[in-house]
Amino acid sequence: MSVPDKKTSLALLRSMMVIRDFEETADKLSLRGKVSGGMHNSSGQEAVAVGVLSALAEFDVIATTHRSHHHTLAKGFTPREIMAELFTRSTGISGGRGASMHLGDVTRGHFGGNGIVGAGVGIAMGAALGIQQKGDKKVSVGFIGDGGMNTGRTWEAINMAVIYKLPLIVIVDNNQYAVETFVGRVTGGGDLAKRAEGFGMRAFNIDGMDVAEVRKYTSEARERALAGEGPTFINAVTYRYYGHNVGEKGQYRTQEEIERWKSTKDPIDHFIAVVLEQGYANQAEVDEMRASVRAEIEDAVAFADSSPEPDISTIYDDIDSGMLGVQL
Amino acid sequence: MTTATTTATKVQHPSYSEAFQSGVREEMTRNPGIFIIGTDLQERGGHFAQVKGIAQEFGVERVKDSPISEAAMVAAGVGAAMYGCHPIVDLNFIDFAFGAMDEILNQAAKIRFMFNGKVPLVIRATSGVALGGAHHCNSLEALFASTPGLSVAVPSTPMDVKGLIKTALRSDDPVIFLMHKKLSGIRGEIADENYFVPFGKAKSVRTGSDAAIISYGYSIVTAQKAAQALEAEGISVEIIDLRTLFPLDEEAINNAVKKYGRVVVLDEAPVFGSITAEIAATATEKNFGSLKGPIVRVGGVRAPISANPAMADAAIPTVASIMKAVKTVMSY
Ligand SMILES: Cc1ncc(C[n+]2csc(CCOP(=O)(O)OP(=O)(O)O)c2C)c(N)n1
Ligand SMILES: [Mg+2]
Repeated sequence: MSVPDKKTSLALLRSMMVIRDFEETADKLSLRGKVSGGMHNSSGQEAVAVGVLSALAEFDVIATTHRSHHHTLAKGFTPREIMAELFTRSTGISGGRGASMHLGDVTRGHFGGNGIVGAGVGIAMGAALGIQQKGDKKVSVGFIGDGGMNTGRTWEAINMAVIYKLPLIVIVDNNQYAVETFVGRVTGGGDLAKRAEGFGMRAFNIDGMDVAEVRKYTSEARERALAGEGPTFINAVTYRYYGHNVGEKGQYRTQEEIERWKSTKDPIDHFIAVVLEQGYANQAEVDEMRASVRAEIEDAVAFADSSPEPDISTIYDDIDSGMLGVQL
Repeated sequence: MTTATTTATKVQHPSYSEAFQSGVREEMTRNPGIFIIGTDLQERGGHFAQVKGIAQEFGVERVKDSPISEAAMVAAGVGAAMYGCHPIVDLNFIDFAFGAMDEILNQAAKIRFMFNGKVPLVIRATSGVALGGAHHCNSLEALFASTPGLSVAVPSTPMDVKGLIKTALRSDDPVIFLMHKKLSGIRGEIADENYFVPFGKAKSVRTGSDAAIISYGYSIVTAQKAAQALEAEGISVEIIDLRTLFPLDEEAINNAVKKYGRVVVLDEAPVFGSITAEIAATATEKNFGSLKGPIVRVGGVRAPISANPAMADAAIPTVASIMKAVKTVMSY
């Protein structure tokens, strides 16, 4: 896999470190009851988020899943506003209404973290149709989990993207488990790219632990979409280090399996090795980067902690625009 | 079928989820046609441990782990039920029923009417407003209860969970079985295998002399607290737990109106278009002369549920809002 240039590589590394530190910090805070309703930790899946988002333009659209801290951070939302959202404070990106699962801000091209498995891909597909209708030079990315591969709505959206040649990229953030269910137990045919190909979509199975690989496949998909060549499906195989929801352990996978992924496939360790090998940074500089990330996350926690609760009287705000209730 | 007997021996103090397990186990032992399908059931026992241990006891053929395919899960249940099985489709959260709504409202509910067949099917899900945000806190009771062909059970105690699921599993019709999130951990007595709670029979869970609160599900817990506080202020309220929303125990409702002339109807669904509207309207039409004043409804706000705890609490009835409603009916 060709390595991006120095500046890009260091940015990719730092972005992954931000996600990891954010998640580990938030997980502990969640266990202490600071995060309303718990959270879905994305530790282990950093390369998918950073690889994809680094290949997009700021104005491209994403729609995502219940596990979306990493996508949202990688899209450029700040740890402050995301941590504040986890704390359901008014300074959070969804004004404190969404918590961990419902990060989103349509005005900034984030069409929402979704509580309904598979829903994000449909919305991303619709956004891609909007882009096409308006003749804009943008793409839309729909994230989905391996579990979302078995709900009909996903494939209805994929079929539509194919027949309309939409500028859509479907990213399977495939951490191999849906709650406690291993993907292989519930996925007929097994090969997800083949399944997408059956719908006529260009499709790839790739290493979701390698940020450079994810970035490259996404870039190429984006180029094709902008050239009017239609959608791409990317199944990025990765691994979730923590339980499905915060605090969950379960007997469905062995500690050994988790350790094996962490010790041999960790996306951050892997990319640090690349950066060192390329001479983009030395160990001291990597350590310094980690320390600066640490400070940034601590600042985010302090910000969230000191942010105000939403005003209860806003409970009826933004349900509709009010336009239909007045004489136009 | 044996109907409700208050004399049934009462055993143990299991949780709400364990009461479900107990009823399902007994019926699965008796009827080999019963099987369960849903996500994460075999090892995890479901999100709320509602079927914990059942796969180990009855085998994985009868407790089937499903992909996240709600439309197919319900379709599988409908078709298998028509074919002669008695499936329990476990949708986890009732919000996920949206992805299977055609299968529920247009298929399961109408087969008997259209095709000379029957659909002995239970669709179980956890419902109610709690933390979890806008996508996990929808109140769909009124939608199901207003659909001809469906019955809706909404137990508030372990005793009723077991008694109602056993009745549902002896019925030839589709039942929507809703278990409230905030009741998952409660404990209480359950009865033995001969105890069945009939559908359409409400239960008085607190006696009173001044007014009645008619409700169901978790709201019964809030109503009890409000009733206690009102007692201290000299107002004595009866609480009636509907237990099923369709069939609806109109007799119990009418009796309450006739007895007190002062009635509060309570649930946590948005008041606009809720089951409380149905109850208040029907009770008023039939008993206008007995009413001392309008029936007062207490329910949720017409807003999606926020993930912020204080905002979520503000969206549903509180002890204070229930007390206020009772005082309003007392003022007539
Ligand atoms: C329609 C629907 N069905 C079920 C659920 C419950 N649920 C939430 S997350 C999840 C597992 C999803 O697995 P996957 O798509 O692989 O995403 P991951 O959690 O691994 O990121 C399930 C079953 C849901 N949110 N929506
Ligand atoms: Mg997964």
